[in-house]
Order: sequence, then structure tokens, then C-alpha cells
Amino acid sequence: MKTLLSALALTTALTVPGLALAKPVTLTTNLNAYGGDGAYLALYVTDAQGTYMGSLWMAGGKAKYYEHLSDWYRATAGNPAEIDGITGASVGAGQQLKITLDLADALFDAGYQLHIDASVEEMRDSPSEVVVPLTTAGAGQPVPGRRYIRDFTYDM
Amino acid sequence: MLRALHKFPGLIAAVLIIVMTLSGAVLSVLPAWEGAQTPARSEPGLTVATLAERVTLTYPGVEQIRRAPSGRITAFYFDNGRPGAVVIDPETGAGVADFEPSAFQRWMTNLHRSLFLGDAGRLTAAAGAGALLVLSLSGLMLTARRVGGWRNIFARLRGPLMGRLHVEVARLTVVGLLLSSITALFMTASTFDLIPQSIGPAFPAEVSGQTGAGPGNIALLRETPVKRLRELSFPYPGDPTDVFTLKTGSGSGYLDQGTGATLVWSDAGPWQRLTETIYMLHTGQGAAWLGLILGLMALGAPFMAGTGVILWVQASRARPRIKGNVAAGQADTILLVGSEGGSTWGFAATLHGALTQAGHSVHVDAMARFAPDRYTNAKRVILLAATYGEGTAPASAKGFLERLETRSEARKIPLAVLGFGDRQFPEFCGYAIHVARAAQEKGWPELMPMATIDRQSPQEFARWGRALGEVIGTPLDLSHSPAIPRSHALTLVSRRDYGADMQAPAAILRFALPKAGVFARLKGRGFGRFAPGDLLGILPDGSPVPRFYSLASGTRDRFLEICVSRHPGGLCSGQLLNLSPGGSVQGFVRHNRAFRPAHNRKPVILIGAGTGIGPLAGFARANRPGRPMHLYFGARHPDSDLFYAQELQDWQADKRLTSVTTAFSRTPSRAWVQDALRADAPRIARLIEDGAQVLVCGGRDMAAGVAEALADILIPAGLTPALLKAEARYVEDTY
Repeated sequence: MKTLLSALALTTALTVPGLALAKPVTLTTNLNAYGGDGAYLALYVTDAQGTYMGSLWMAGGKAKYYEHLSDWYRATAGNPAEIDGITGASVGAGQQLKITLDLADALFDAGYQLHIDASVEEMRDSPSEVVVPLTTAGAGQPVPGRRYIRDFTYDM
Repeated sequence: MLRALHKFPGLIAAVLIIVMTLSGAVLSVLPAWEGAQTPARSEPGLTVATLAERVTLTYPGVEQIRRAPSGRITAFYFDNGRPGAVVIDPETGAGVADFEPSAFQRWMTNLHRSLFLGDAGRLTAAAGAGALLVLSLSGLMLTARRVGGWRNIFARLRGPLMGRLHVEVARLTVVGLLLSSITALFMTASTFDLIPQSIGPAFPAEVSGQTGAGPGNIALLRETPVKRLRELSFPYPGDPTDVFTLKTGSGSGYLDQGTGATLVWSDAGPWQRLTETIYMLHTGQGAAWLGLILGLMALGAPFMAGTGVILWVQASRARPRIKGNVAAGQADTILLVGSEGGSTWGFAATLHGALTQAGHSVHVDAMARFAPDRYTNAKRVILLAATYGEGTAPASAKGFLERLETRSEARKIPLAVLGFGDRQFPEFCGYAIHVARAAQEKGWPELMPMATIDRQSPQEFARWGRALGEVIGTPLDLSHSPAIPRSHALTLVSRRDYGADMQAPAAILRFALPKAGVFARLKGRGFGRFAPGDLLGILPDGSPVPRFYSLASGTRDRFLEICVSRHPGGLCSGQLLNLSPGGSVQGFVRHNRAFRPAHNRKPVILIGAGTGIGPLAGFARANRPGRPMHLYFGARHPDSDLFYAQELQDWQADKRLTSVTTAFSRTPSRAWVQDALRADAPRIARLIEDGAQVLVCGGRDMAAGVAEALADILIPAGLTPALLKAEARYVEDTY
């Protein structure tokens, strides 16, 4: 995995600030009005086999709740270094999370998948609620989630 | 210091604490409510394996089974791609109701822990919990000090009702408040990752890769009773690399879905156990009865916030603000005040001002808070002591003599005692004399001989100030004008005249309650509440010194009534008896809480003569039928000064008075009220043996005669008036 990471010129995250081989990608997550507290969301990338590659964003600041993002937690063992500098606030029901990152071109059309794990206090955990292949053709196409996420879109 | 530690966090945090404790009390009911709604568990030996098999039969797409501390079991499942959640009946594995987290509980929880303000709100709520903790601890220490040590912490309380209520509720609820506030702080620390978090076991590196072991085939699930279950997660269907995840009360681990073997297990660490226990103690989840008790105790906090603020307002109004009061440790002069009604504080303020102007650093405090260990820089201690009743300590000097006994540190500092009193009373400055003598016996050096001030005389005070100035080497000019309490114009509504034919004019005067707007009342500028036996201070024209009359009515009567007789040459009584209905005088109320019937159902014996009938008539008017109340009343002649003659008959008829016995000194019988007592000795002795309280009001000669008569009456019972006085069962109001 290390060689792959360096081949993609990845740092802790899959973002490549200011490099020619990257382009800005906007990730938009709209949440349902599920009637609960703010949702914790982990956005991360795996390869086609589901092997964890790196994290894009963590919505939710308290590490003690990360174990409820169970797929992400299983892959990272909750290592805080994975989300160093890419952590934000949790997202309220019915609200939108919109982040723009410089993603390496090599991530697209190469079989990589973007996952979103979601969890809400006192409600069921929802690991890999969204799993979407990263392709140029898929950009701009909303993908529905199963429980907390109404839809997810990435735009280039 | 201790009092400040109790007062300031209390005032600042009062609103916050009220919100936290009320929402907490509401939340405390929920675990019990949830428990009551959960299907009863009838199989004590039910294992997780059996439960999971039953649930799988009903919900093949089950993802997770959770057990709440209340025993409620919830299953999360997918059915045709649609998520579902149900509450499970463990006996059948069937769903009994859709599981929907309560929006009300969520709203209340968020108010309680974060005021809907996120992390800033959590820190504010934690500050509220911290304030509650400081208040509970400082309040406990104040209570211990008040009742005379930790051993007496549950002793009977004395003093004004509001303070008693405050401490009474505190003693009942402080345990819960301590527990709730400490656990709240721990939980906040845990939320902000200040408490070590346990990290569950890492996902197993290797799994069998097989599938097919149902929950019923897994040994660990067969050994685990449902009672220990927290949650059981099923592997993703069709993913052979996934596993069963089990969390129980003792730890968590991963189980192979092919072989049923336990792949990894880790026991809960001590920090996790502690965190869980504290969570249970705070929320009552898993200990519903404890939650209910804590919730009930939490209700004590809003009550104490209310009474505490009232007490603070009362205390801050009772004494003047001393500007530039120096801390005890820095002051060269310590000024201690023993005052009952507050007038001596005015003299202290004047003395403080003059000494400060002369370059001294002066600390003023109540005598009751005598703390010689703090007077590290003091060169002199000056006591300004009024006298309460017949030589007893005034309110702000309670406990001073006892402290003097035990504290030897102060005896090196030269002492001056100035007594305040009224020469009309036999025990003029009795308390100050007592204190001066005690100090002398202890070998306390004398700064200057004890002096006295009669009836707040500004001249005598100025003279004493000059003498003090000579002793300390700085000229002092003390010009004190006694502070006059805020008074109201009182309009006379009616008067009933007596005694004219005996050349002893007297009258029952009834005044209207002065009207005060809501705003004035809120600011504490209304007339205030009063009860029979309290004093009405009247400020006559031409004198700044008020005269006091016992009230024969309470707030509930909606009027002020006093009984006044003309004193030869009396300024105030003359003005009052010349007043016609519609005319007005300036007056104010001063509480006299020691002189009123005790709050119980024991019999009451009222003894009075002349205008002393006033408060006694008030007690009778306010009495509820059923409480025995006996009146002994001395007057000159039934046709001349039998005050309240009609009412006394009416009150007997409606049982507010059990008996009325009169004695007339200007009829052929020539009887005094004490003669009537002696004639009735067996009954009085019996009543007092049954716990009766005696209230005496009238002239001092009469009171002395009554005390003598009662002493004789009580000999057979082995009691004395002094013994009864110590129990507050014999109280006098004399003039």
C-alpha cells in the first residue's frame, strides 16, 4: 500500500494541494431529516477490493464516537493521524456538508471507491452508507444513501 | 470567606443551576418510564445465542441487536433494502413496536448537557455543575458551622423561617446534588477526551473465510446471558471477511462467522468500567430507582436558589454598605458590631468613615464572625454592642462569648467596648457589660474603659469618639445622625377610645395598609409582610428616634392595628392619641420573630395587662379553632379599659380563644393579672406540663409580677420560668 500511496503522490489524505496532477473536486452530502442529533460522517477511499487507502474528511470532533463509524474505524483502528487537519463539525439532520479538495487525477477511473460511514447518537450505526466508484462519468450524478444520507454528489 | 464562596457562585449561577436541575429532574424519570414499558423478561437463563436465533427467524436481515440498561432489546435490520428498527419481545423474538428514539428525550438531553449551544454550551453546563459542587460543599461547611460542628449536622434548626427552610432542604438533598455534580463534571471531562478512553480490540488480522455458523452455534454466545449483552452486530451478508462483533458488560470481541471461534477478546479496562459506572450514576440508566431519587433531590436546587437569593437580599438590606472595608488581615483596627435591628451598624459605618479618614485601615464585621486568627495586623479591637431583651446577645453577636472562650489569640490586642442601649430598661447595655467583664476576666488588655450610648445619642457618641481619638493619638470627629428606616405614611382609618374617665386615655388605632405598586414591591420598597407581635415603628414629628408599638394585626388582616396609651409628657403617644381618622403618621415595620406562638399545636397561654393586650389580641385573631389558647388579661375597670371586649366574646364563641380570664384593679376585687394566675394555678400548671407556651406582654412591673406568680405555680411541677425561657416556651415583650 505504501508504494501505491507514494505512486499517487498522497500525503496523509488523498489531497494534493497545488500540484498539476490534481484538480479541485467538490463533495456534497445532503442529509435526511432523520430526527436526531448531528451525524458523524467519515469520507474515505478504498480500492476495488475494499482495502482502505486514505481519508478525505471527518465530520465530527469527538474521537470517542469514532468507533461507531465502524468500517472506517475497523480500517484505521481510529488512528487520529488519518484525519489530522481534515476534521470538521458534525452535520445536523437535513443539513448539507460541502467540501472542496484537490484530488489526484490518478484516483479517478482506476477502480477506487469513495465510502461514507455515518452514525448518530442513540440511533443505529450506518457504515458504508454510501459506496460510489470514482469515475469521470459519475461526476455530478447524485447517489442515494440508505438511512441518514439523502444523496451524495462529487463534482469536478 | 466561606460565606463569600457560597454566596457569589450561587447568585451568578442560580439561573443556570435552575435550568440544569429542572431538566435533570425531568430526565431522571425517563429510565423508570422506559423500564415500565419494556416487555417483562420471564426467562432468567436466556442466552444471547437463543435470543439472536429467535430474532434472526423473524428478521432475517438483522444487522444488530442492542440491549439498553433498562432491559429493552432493540433489533436493527434491513428488509428489501429498507432499514428498520423494532423493540423485541425476547421470549418470541418478534417485534412488539417500532423503535423510534424519543424527540422529547433528545430535546431535554440537549438542553440539559449543552443548552443547545454545542461545545460552548457543554462547558457552560459544566460550569453550572462546578458551581453546584462548590455551593454544596461550602453550604455543608456553613451548615456545620451554624449547628456547631459536624456531629450536630442533623440537629434541630433555629432562626428565621427562610433560613431554616434553606438549610432543611439542603440537608435532605445535598447528597444527591454532590453525586450529580461530580458525575456531571466527570462526564464532561470524558466528552472532551480528558479521561483515558478504552480502545476496543483491533479487528482480527485473519478470519476463517468460511460462513454459516449461526448465532446458535457460537460457543461464546451460548455462554453469555442476555442480561450481560450490550450489543451484537452481525456480519455483512455475503462478506466472508466480516465477523460477529459482541459487546457485553465485561468487554468486547470478534467472533468468526464460519467456525464460531472467538477471534479476539478484550476485557473492559478500569477506566471504561469507571466511566460506565459514572454514566449510570448520573443518568439512572441501569439504576432507575437511583435516577428517581437523584431527580427528586435535584429539585432541591431550584428551591435553594430561590430561598438563597431571598436570604441574600434580606441580609444585604439588614445592614448598611460599608465603603472601603479593609480585609481582616490587613486592618490595624477591627470594628465588630453586635446589632439586633441594624441601627448599631450605622454607628459602625460612621466610626469606620472617621477612622479611615484619619488614615487607619479598618475592618468592620459582625461580632458573630469574630475570628482572631485573621487579625494579624490589628492594633486594636473595638466592639459596638447593642443589647437584646434582658442582656442577651443581639442577632449579629450570637456565639461571640463562646468564641471568646476558645480563642486565645485575640487577647493580646487592646480592646474597647461601647454599649448601646436604653436607660429605661433595667438591663441597660447588659450584653456589652457582660462582654466587657468576660474580656477582663480573660486578661484582655483594655484600650479604654467601657462606655455606653443611651438611646442612640449622637452627643454621647461624639464624646466617646473624642476620647478614643486621644487614646489612639488621632483626633476623631464623629458626627452621627441615626439612619431612619424607610417609612411610609400611615392613614388612620378608625379609633376606639378607652380610659378617659380614669384619666388614663388610651385607644386602639387602626391604620390602612400603605399601597405600593408592583414595581416598588419587587424592589423591596413595599411595606413588607408582618405578623401580630411584630413592631410598628412610629416616627413622631420633632424626633428622629422611632417609638415602637406591638402590632395587633398581620398582613392577612389587611390593616395595621396598635394599642396606645398616653404617657405623661410622651411625644409620640400624644401625637397618636390626637390623630383623627384620615390623619396620618410616618411608620415602618420591624420584625420581632421571637415573640409569637410557636409553630405547633400545643396550648398557648397569653398573659397581658393594659395596652399589652394588643399583640395578644392579634394572636387570638390569627388563631385557628382547635388550638387551645387561654387569655389572662388585667385592666383597671370593665367599663373603662377592657380593650377588645366585643372581640373577646366573639373569639370565644368561634373557639379561637378557649378561655378568657380578667382581673380588674379598680373594682372592689382589686385584682391584678398575677392574682388571676394564682387563682387558676392548677390549670396553668397542667397546661404547662402538657407543653403549653406562655407569651407575656405589658409593663415591666406586671411582667415581673407574672414571672413571680408563675415561679410559685410551677414549683410542684419542678419547673421554673427560666427553664421555660431556655426552651422559648416563656417569652416576654415588655415596655
